Amino acid sequence: MEQFTGRPIFQGIAIGPIRLYTKKEQQVKRYKITDAEAEIARFHRARETAAAELASLYEAAVRQVGEANAMIFEVHQMMLEDEDYLDSVTHIIRTQEINAEMAVATTGDNFSAMFSAMEDEYMRARAADVKDISERLIACLVNGGSASELLTEPAILAAEDLAPSETVQLDKSMLLGFVTRLGSANSHTAILARTMNLPALIGIRPDPAWNGRLAVVDGYSGTLTVDPDEEYLLQMQTRKAQDEEKRTLLQQLKGKETVTRSGRRVKLYANVGSLSDIRSAMENDAEGIGLFRSEFLYLEKKDFPTEEEQFAIYRTALENMGGKKVIIRTLDIGADKQIDYFGLEREENPALGYRAIRICLTRPDIFRTQLRALLRASVYGPLSIMFPMIISLDEVLAVKEILEEVKQELTAQDIPYAPVEIGVMIETPAAVMISEQLAAEVDFFSIGTNDLTQYTLALDRQNPKLDSFYDPHHPAVLRMIRETIANGHAHGCWVGICGELGADEELTEAFLEMGVDELSVSPPMILRLRKRIREL
Amino acid sequence: MKSFSYEIKDAVGIHARPAGLLVKEAKGFQSKLVLKKGDKSADLTKLMALMSLGVKCGDTVTVSAEGSDENAAITALEAFFKQNL
Repeated sequence: MEQFTGRPIFQGIAIGPIRLYTKKEQQVKRYKITDAEAEIARFHRARETAAAELASLYEAAVRQVGEANAMIFEVHQMMLEDEDYLDSVTHIIRTQEINAEMAVATTGDNFSAMFSAMEDEYMRARAADVKDISERLIACLVNGGSASELLTEPAILAAEDLAPSETVQLDKSMLLGFVTRLGSANSHTAILARTMNLPALIGIRPDPAWNGRLAVVDGYSGTLTVDPDEEYLLQMQTRKAQDEEKRTLLQQLKGKETVTRSGRRVKLYANVGSLSDIRSAMENDAEGIGLFRSEFLYLEKKDFPTEEEQFAIYRTALENMGGKKVIIRTLDIGADKQIDYFGLEREENPALGYRAIRICLTRPDIFRTQLRALLRASVYGPLSIMFPMIISLDEVLAVKEILEEVKQELTAQDIPYAPVEIGVMIETPAAVMISEQLAAEVDFFSIGTNDLTQYTLALDRQNPKLDSFYDPHHPAVLRMIRETIANGHAHGCWVGICGELGADEELTEAFLEMGVDELSVSPPMILRLRKRIREL
Repeated sequence: MKSFSYEIKDAVGIHARPAGLLVKEAKGFQSKLVLKKGDKSADLTKLMALMSLGVKCGDTVTVSAEGSDENAAITALEAFFKQNL
């Protein structure tokens, strides 16, 4: 397995054999001519052939990529009529008494050098257009027309460079993606690749030894992998399938409401664990963030993240979501997620140990810093704060007291904050059993089904030996969920599900029937679930 | 001779597509049409010369027409610039 990095032009994944595309080198021979006017006439005939080719390319491009993007071929036709260009060619034929091919090659080099020398990156990229028309003219002079080498089987094309005309002439049903060494993100070839949804990379030098070997183009990371190993190939095949599914779903469902046929609405939010996940949530049309795992802020650091660092991240998250709700869960680490600077001791039983809200309540310094950062960010969008691993009413009261103190502190310092909703994770059987009392103290519940299942069934998900005992749809767990929703609603709390079960399509109907208000799932699951809900 | 000045508002300036359209438009008139940017100028009927001026967003250009249909040419070109550039 060999990997190469280039610059991605279009984000997508292509898998298939590599096909090296080598231009038939136009070896332009220079020879003396005797009849300059006849040579000029020959040049004009070639120019007419080239213009006719471009006209039909334009037609093909309009069909493939639309009129605006096809315009380049009209521009090429105009370049072929450019007086300065034509004058240069005829002048060289007349004064140097050499053949038209050589005159075109020289003129093409001069004009493309002029564009290459320009300051503006966009204009520099036009040098490729001049080269393209000059090569077309030469091909017409030599062969009476320019024929392109066609792909005969689906393949990833690798080439030194691809002219826009070559890109359009390629058989699209055979073209999976392409990799070139030259070219820029502004080249028309790049624009065409984007319009045609073709995964493409530039800045990778093709190696003739690749010809026919299996390759993967990853237009997200900008990697070309030749001879991928089985594991990588499988991983990329899965991502490609997800990509395709997402594209189809997006076309069908983006901007549509999450509502059942009978008119029941559900909020479809995203679980995120980083700022890049937020981008993914937006792309997948999340209606809000239902679980923002703030741990990543701590895990990425060598020391406690400062109030300012946290504030900046929370603010960015809220701003990026543009007015949609963002539910941030306060620090949820423990002995199973070790962070050195916390100095946590190893435990016999970390799942039942010193973690999450238990750390926050015994280390109020850490907790207050996070709450201050959260409250300060609250003026940038609708923020909700959620507390993990709650088992008692006292904990909720203690949390609320600290939050109140932090608010007073901010008020005393004239630092603005907005009203925030507060909620608790329901992820222990204890929390379910006292959910009636908890509901009276908070605005919402979010059911963490992973931990709730583990604690209810007393069953460790990490241990593969227990797989046969594990039933994700265990009636005890479903009953816990039902009870939590009912108790929450009885006291004016809205109730969501943010664990893995939230995305389980087999349970969607049951959850809706139980009255769930919100489902928060990983971004790639959102549209699939919206589809499911709209079918109910 | 008639002329007008115009500040380019299009984000990418006179790039290939509008340059092509501009040349097409200009070729419809008899008058000699020149676009000036600073001390450089180009015949509006010559595509590559026009593109090589590298006119960018925010640049001010002067377009002049001289000939039998200069009035019509200036009116049409001024409208073209306002609409496309």
